[in-house]
This record gives sequence, structure tokens and C-alpha cells, in this order.
Amino acid sequence: MSLLSLKTMQTQIGQYAVLHDVTMDVPQGGVFVLLGRNGAGKTTTLRSIMGLWKPSPGSVTFRGQDITGLHTADIARLGIAFVPENMGIFGGLTVEENLILATAKGTFDPDRLQRVYRLFPALETFWTKQAWSLSGGQKQMLSVARAIIEPRELILIDEPTKGLAPSIIDAMAEAFREIAEHATILLVEQNFEFAKSLGRDMAVIDDGRIVHRGTMADFVVDKALQDRLLSLSA
Amino acid sequence: MEQLNKTLERFGGVNLLPVAVALVAFVLIGAPSSWVTLTVAGLAMGMMIFLMASGLSLVFGLMDVLNFGHSAFVSFGAFVAASVLGWLAGWLGSDSVFLNAAAILLAFTAAILFGLIAGWFFETVVIKPVYNDHLRQILITMGALIVSEQIILAVWGGTPMSVPRPQFLEGSVLIGDVANEVYRLFAFVLGLIVYLALYVTLNRTRIGLLVRAGVENREMVEALGFRIDRLFIGVFMAGSALAAMGGAMWAGYETLITPALGAEMMIVVFIVVIIGGLGSVEGTLLGAIMVGLVANYVGFLAPKLALASNMLLMMAILLWRPNGLRPAVK
Repeated sequence: MSLLSLKTMQTQIGQYAVLHDVTMDVPQGGVFVLLGRNGAGKTTTLRSIMGLWKPSPGSVTFRGQDITGLHTADIARLGIAFVPENMGIFGGLTVEENLILATAKGTFDPDRLQRVYRLFPALETFWTKQAWSLSGGQKQMLSVARAIIEPRELILIDEPTKGLAPSIIDAMAEAFREIAEHATILLVEQNFEFAKSLGRDMAVIDDGRIVHRGTMADFVVDKALQDRLLSLSA
Repeated sequence: MEQLNKTLERFGGVNLLPVAVALVAFVLIGAPSSWVTLTVAGLAMGMMIFLMASGLSLVFGLMDVLNFGHSAFVSFGAFVAASVLGWLAGWLGSDSVFLNAAAILLAFTAAILFGLIAGWFFETVVIKPVYNDHLRQILITMGALIVSEQIILAVWGGTPMSVPRPQFLEGSVLIGDVANEVYRLFAFVLGLIVYLALYVTLNRTRIGLLVRAGVENREMVEALGFRIDRLFIGVFMAGSALAAMGGAMWAGYETLITPALGAEMMIVVFIVVIIGGLGSVEGTLLGAIMVGLVANYVGFLAPKLALASNMLLMMAILLWRPNGLRPAVK
């Protein structure tokens, strides 16, 4: 059974229909990559899953439970974390406060905290600094760390490499591989090199519709399909 | 302008603005005794305005709600406290400090309780239906302010109501050779205590952490699993109670109140919130103290400009810092 299922999901923002028909299954474990051009509907798909925009009609099922129309907070408490495109960190709060806010009881599990330190050593260094003072890469690390400081089954990550230096992107890829051993990642990404190094299964969205589903291994070797769906050679 | 900002940061940042204003006023006023009296009056006034405005700042920061009806709680707080003090006139006139203190404590408690309940009612009935719609928020909350003024007229009448003060808060104390009203010192100390309590709540508790985070990014707090709408009701009630407490203190300060009190205070409260920076309690305190000091200094130095002093201060600060002195990080 899929961990997450989207069935004919449609989302309207104001008077604009952004998603027309998003149907896909995200299997348990590993990294599932959702690719697509700018404005194809990738971010809207993640936000609709989180309940930040309400899909109607269509359904979102998580672990077999229909979560369509649930409040965002209730969806999060079911075990879904969200790392938004703008990172969503609280700049006026310290690194520690940002992380403690993501814990259910307001205290850290020592093992999980050590794991965060191991994956993102910079966060330990800047533990008491206000988050606005961090670099772009460190802010992204904090955003991802917040998603793993508690056990989560599914982590939705929206374009984590945007604007990051190559060395930070490599470190991020390493961290995602480790995280995917314990949780499922639904990754929205435009950086195809980064995405293909991580993804096991994938889908392509275009104009609010899923236009391709398959394995990343098959997609990587099909240059014609890549050109047609993502215009990578353009 | 950037250079000015950097130089200011080196010497303690915008927190030192009230000190700078006080120093300039000291030079302009010339007479130290007058300066001390005006400064104490400005600080006391600032603290009372801070109480009235802090809730509004958080409410706007947390839920993007423009509540022009906020000062209705100031009015109700003033009238409820005045009524309680009127009923306890015997205690107020007594020589017993205990009875005096009990009377003022009961009056403030009644105002705070009224603020809590009215805040819950106001949020549920008036605010909730107009979330995410600023135009409707302005219209309906302005309407609510007018309705509340009419309720006060119906219950307490249109004649100005005198507010008795407890015996132990009457008179003056000498600071050096300058006499200062006891009530002003009381207002300053009480305001400071409330600010410290707010500061500790916001900075040392999980609820406070949620409020600060919610002011910055409400959506992300929800994505972390917290119902910000439920938190908002609590903040709205607390903000209303603080406004009512501010109104109760203001009533004792003015000793004569009218049903138009809320409408009169609304402008000052909004000026303070805008000067301080939306969503920031520290900014609201700074803005309130600036308004209090400037109003008193200008009232002494150039009485004809007194009415315009708040507006001029707001214009000057917004030209310098368009987001206010200490806005919440967004």
C-alpha cells in the first residue's frame, strides 16, 4: 500500500485553477521526486497535501486515512513534516528555539538531537544565534532539521537547493540519503542533477497534471522524455 | 541614513531613543525640577498606553487582524473599574492601606475579568467571521467601537464620571526636591511589572515561543502541528484584558472619564503600535514611552503643538524607519 495517495486532486487559488488532475502514489521509504517546469504546480501540490490550500475535488490519503480537508496542524500531527521553498524559519527565534518548537513535548530526544548535530554541524555551532543571522545554507539546514527532530513518516521538501552553493548542495544530498533511511521524502526539485542522485521513484507534473510516473533510473536514461517534459536541453 | 543607523546601533540602538529625547528636553527645558516632573509624567503615561496597546500589536502580528475596536476595552475597563471604586468609596477613604489596596485590586481585577470575557465574545462574534479580510475588519470593528460607546452611554450615562482614588495613591512624594504624584509612580511601577511579566511569558515559556513564532510565520507554526487559531483566542483575550487594565489605570490618572474615552485613545494606541513596529511587545513599550515623553515635553515647551506632537513623532519615525522602531522579524 502507498504511504501517500493523491486522487484527481484539484486546487483552486482565488479564481485560478492551479491543479487540474494530480493523481499519484508515493510508496513508503526512499525519496520520491516530483519534477516539473516553473509554474507547473509542484509547490501547490505540496501545499495542498499539507492542507495549506484546500484541494477540491479530489482526495489525499495518508497511511490509508483520508486527510482531505483536515486542518494543517492535524495533518502535521499525523506525521507529515513540511520544508517550504522559503524555508519558513522563524528569524527572531534562536536555532534552539526553532527546533524546540518542532518537538511535540518541548524537550529534545537526545539521540535525535545528536543526529541533527551529526547531519548539520553548523546548527550546533550557531545554537544560540537568532536564525535571521544564519547563511542561506544554514537556514535550509535548520528547516530540514526541524522536520526530523521528531519522528515523521513523510517529509515534504520544496526545492531545497534553490540558491545554495554546490558544496552545501552536496552536504544536503548526503543528509537526505540518511534521512530517507528512516522516513519517506517527497521532494520537489528543479535541479535535475540533485534530484536524480536521490530519487528512486518519480513523477512529472505539467500544467497542474501528472504527465509521467515511473522510476528515476528509467527517466534518467530517456533523454527524449526529459527534453519533452522538462525541456532540459533548451 | 544607513550611517545614522549604524552609529545608533553602536550606542545601544533604538532602545536609547527615549534617553536621547529626555536629554534634549533637559537642555531645552532648563529647569531640572520641571524636567523631572515631566519625565515621570511621561513615563507613567507611556506605561499606561503600553498596557492599552500591547495586545493590539500582538493581535495584528499574530493573525493580521486590524482591530479598530480595541480601544472599546480601554473604555469598558475604565468604567468598570470606576464603578467598583465608586461602590468601595468607604474603603478608599479609609486610613487603612490594606483597605485602600484591596479596593484598587478589586477594581483592576473586575476590569481585567471584564476584558477577558468581552475579548472572548468580541473575537468569537465580531472578528472570526472576517479573518483575512482587512476592509471588513476595519468596518466591523469601527462599528463595534461605536456600539460599545453607545452601550457605555446607556449603562453609565453621558455625564462625565469622576473616579475616586485610594487615599494611599493621593498626594506626592519628593524625588530630590521635586514633588511627584504618587499615582504616576504607581502607574509606572505597575506598567513595568506587567511588561516584565509579558516579557518572561513571551521569552521563557512555550506559549510565548508559539506566539513569537506565530507573529513571524503563522502558516509554518500550523505546519509544525499547532492550532494557531486557538492560540489567537487566548492572545486576543489577554490583549483585551491588558487594554481594560490600561483603561482602569487611565481612569485613575485622569479622575474624570467620558464614554468617548475609547475613541480618543484609539488614535494614540494605533500611533504607538505603528511607531513601535507591528507584532513586537518591546517595540510597543518603546513607542509608548516615546509618545508619553514627547507629549509631556512638547506640552510644556510648545503647548500649541501638543495635540500634533504624536502625529509629528510618528511621521518622523516612519520617515526614518518605515517598519517602526522594533518590528517583529517577518
